[in-house]
Amino acid sequence: MTKQVQQLDRVIIRFAGDSGDGMQLTGDRFTQETASFGNDLSTLPNFPAEIRAPAGTLPGVSSFQLHFADHDIMTPGDAPNVLVAMNPAALKANLEDVPRGADIIVNTDEFTKRNLTKVGYPVNPLEDGSLAEYRVHAVPLTSMTVKALEEFDVSKKDAERAKNMFALGLLSWLYNRPTEGTLAFLRAKFASKPAIMAANTAAFQAGWNFGETTEDFAVSYEIKPATLRPGTYRNITGNLALSYGLIAGSRLSGLPLFLGSYPITPASDVLHELSRHKGFGVRTFQAEDEIAGVGAALGAAFGGSLGVTTTSGPGMALKAETIGLGVMMELPLVAINIQRAGPSTGMPTKTEQADLLQALYGRNGESPVPVLAPQSPADCFDIAIEAVRIATTYRTPVIVLSDGYIANGSEPWRLPDVAALPDLRVEFATEPNGPDGAFLPYLRDPETLARPWAVPGTPGLEHRVGGIEKSDGTGNISYSPSNHDLMVRTRQAKVDGVARDIEPLRVDDPTGDAEVLVLGWGGTYGSIGAGVRRVRRAGGRIAQAHLRHLNPFPANIGEVLARYERVVVPEINLGQLSQLLRARFLVDVIGYNKVRGLPFKAEELAGVLQDVLNGRRTEDVIEK
Amino acid sequence: MTETVNGAVGGAVPPAGLRLVPRADEPLKMKDFKTDQEVRWCPGCGDYAILAAFQSFLPELGVKRENVVMVSGIGCSSRFPYYVDTYGMHSIHGRAPAIATGLAASRPDLSVWVVTGDGDGLSIGGNHLIHALRRNVNIKILLFNNRIYGLTKGQYSPTSELGKVTKSTPMGSLDTPFNPVSLALGAEASFVARSVDSDRKHLQSVLREAADHQGSAFIEIYQNCPIFNDDAFAPLKEADRGTPGSGGLIRLQHGEPVRFGGGKGVRLNRYGTAEVVDVDEVGEDELLVHDVAVPDPSYAFALSRLDQPAFAHVPVGVFRKVPRPSYDELMAAQLERAAAAEGPGDLGALLASGDTWTVG
Repeated sequence: MTKQVQQLDRVIIRFAGDSGDGMQLTGDRFTQETASFGNDLSTLPNFPAEIRAPAGTLPGVSSFQLHFADHDIMTPGDAPNVLVAMNPAALKANLEDVPRGADIIVNTDEFTKRNLTKVGYPVNPLEDGSLAEYRVHAVPLTSMTVKALEEFDVSKKDAERAKNMFALGLLSWLYNRPTEGTLAFLRAKFASKPAIMAANTAAFQAGWNFGETTEDFAVSYEIKPATLRPGTYRNITGNLALSYGLIAGSRLSGLPLFLGSYPITPASDVLHELSRHKGFGVRTFQAEDEIAGVGAALGAAFGGSLGVTTTSGPGMALKAETIGLGVMMELPLVAINIQRAGPSTGMPTKTEQADLLQALYGRNGESPVPVLAPQSPADCFDIAIEAVRIATTYRTPVIVLSDGYIANGSEPWRLPDVAALPDLRVEFATEPNGPDGAFLPYLRDPETLARPWAVPGTPGLEHRVGGIEKSDGTGNISYSPSNHDLMVRTRQAKVDGVARDIEPLRVDDPTGDAEVLVLGWGGTYGSIGAGVRRVRRAGGRIAQAHLRHLNPFPANIGEVLARYERVVVPEINLGQLSQLLRARFLVDVIGYNKVRGLPFKAEELAGVLQDVLNGRRTEDVIEK
Repeated sequence: MTETVNGAVGGAVPPAGLRLVPRADEPLKMKDFKTDQEVRWCPGCGDYAILAAFQSFLPELGVKRENVVMVSGIGCSSRFPYYVDTYGMHSIHGRAPAIATGLAASRPDLSVWVVTGDGDGLSIGGNHLIHALRRNVNIKILLFNNRIYGLTKGQYSPTSELGKVTKSTPMGSLDTPFNPVSLALGAEASFVARSVDSDRKHLQSVLREAADHQGSAFIEIYQNCPIFNDDAFAPLKEADRGTPGSGGLIRLQHGEPVRFGGGKGVRLNRYGTAEVVDVDEVGEDELLVHDVAVPDPSYAFALSRLDQPAFAHVPVGVFRKVPRPSYDELMAAQLERAAAAEGPGDLGALLASGDTWTVG
């Protein structure tokens, strides 16, 4: 029997299971299959901070959501059309996000009395009719996998562990995914364990064959490739794009990359990735603490390297003093904060945008630094290069605010033409610049106000820098009141001057007569964009703009704000950008703020924007 | 010119720790290493003597002046870089070893010196100090120990004696002090030494040995603070003054029996503790013959404990000097290995690695 194939324009799938069930890997493989098929896609991994919370419990549930479509999409999707629940905990933890009528594929083998009790199901939800409004596919994934692997030379435990590959095979059949990539992946991953490789491959194929033969799935689905701009694409996460951007920045500037870092969620992947690329001359230093990570990066910068440090919020708190030293010594440094929910340890694996004011103001004294924020996973590549450009041009620390959502989330990335990337070559000082062959380390470039970068090993330019206030020009210690005033203002003017050199704020206002502007920054770009599309589809006129430069702001921002009657600012914090805009531009923006550790949903933002358009919402709303 | 244990400083052979540092074309002089900055320590401060000893020693290294970098933290001692006409950084409190690690790890062609104090290096920056030592980063750390906080005006430090009465401890401090040499040895340091501010010849001999060591060198320098902790080391120095070698200073000499104070010497007891003995009573053969290259640090550690009780006798000189690859060497070797295996990085190929697909 040939099964019917139904066309869909988009699907949202969520794989959910125990932390040890391999859901991130399953999701990642399905994503790669989908990417190579040519759909547009966006992903959202969601996992606990605990490495292995007690098996089968609610805190141990790990999930991976993938949204893919035949057109361009902006978010991992609000609500899944398909939930794969590997155990009762996964079902219970995710059911509230699943709309009625959606498909739920459950692994019935795990729905034992013991596992049900563990998560507080008094009776089996598969049997009590509570799931009647969903399309439930009860599949004994574990026992079918074990049965399929009977003939293989693997332990029962290893056979059971292959159940995620069975599930992947089933889903791959259901959505007509190409399988070569996954088969090649398994060959490479288990190259040294042929028995495990054969078992996983067989489990994957058994899942596919099950889909083809079972009557439980009457149709399979096809989602045509999206029409993206011509080019070569790959799927990429924010942290990977950031790593590549830093390597590119090193190449383009001609400076060897030195990363000083201390492991911290969700930033560690950048350390892992960069440590694999020593062939590019990348030095990675896993420091004894966050302070040493940034200290070593700054020390390397003094020596002429591209000094970079990566961390998350708590680490930024510790690095503040050293970034202040970088401000005083006016050396290039890139400090990357992959924001997570705070304060303190907060929720390490959950996303937030609440470190904006910390980045701008979290140091003693008047300590301005440029602040950038990527707007999507792929944009992390461009923002890393931009950070290198600003840091080296202006001889200043630059802070990059990524977040857990775009760091771990992924999307297709159109590979740039390497030859067309900007030339960031840096010229070190080589000659004395003062009278009588003196070297004045704080004699500035009149345009950028940057001071010369004279690296040790350059004869005749021996000089001392440090955290004590510098005398203008000579850089000698100075406690002069007028000199301090001058230097504070000069450092500020230097950073303010970056505004002349960055892209203006672009506004997307298709009808040209919108009265409401929605303005976001950083990782919320996709959610806001998806919300805006919904409003426009319903006939609403709304303009959208998004900030990637937070300090200084693009030069035209004041003019843009003044153009609109109302400005809505959605943020995953309690209104930090709103506060800045009100203070600097006297514009009473309307904040929409939520701090649940999760990205905004397109639907909720559409509702908020619609309310503003209708005049139903005129003040900040802090959503609970 | 004194020969060092492993090689020579100042001769044709570059010191082991400076193999990759470019040699000066012309011999340099002490004045080449003086800046035009007015030295602003208190009158009588031990730092003056250390600075003079250091500046007059630097030409001996035979390296280019522009390849020398001084990195300091915060405190009286940390003003040092302003007075040495090389590249320098007066950084933040306690962080000099971390900053110097990034510099030295990325620039093996530099001679990097860290100047710190007992508060800077052992209190706020203790963590960075021990990790720099265990990694064997190619930096030379001079820790000026005056057993007091000077720049903040007289609070007790991590090396102040228990019960010390200061502004912040009017009833006496409750903290057992660190012995910096013991700490460095416990932190897997490959080179550990101690000297005294007032003995230029000895200090320079120790600096020479440090420069001749590839990797981290830790040198504790007893330094007098005439304002807040005057004569902290006077008993040691006084006893030594009448007849050199008569007091409590135990001058360690590689290959020589450990003797001091006229008729005293040091031997190890059955628990591995170093104890002071009368040479006449126990005989010359019982004495330890000092060896800086003993692989296990236990021996050097036993020597370091001789300052107890109450600085009655204190070893100075090189405690330990054992060869071990330095951090920058190991790091550079990994980079070379990767480049040899993969070729120089191809950015386009990197970006296109993994599964790709083409549209249009």
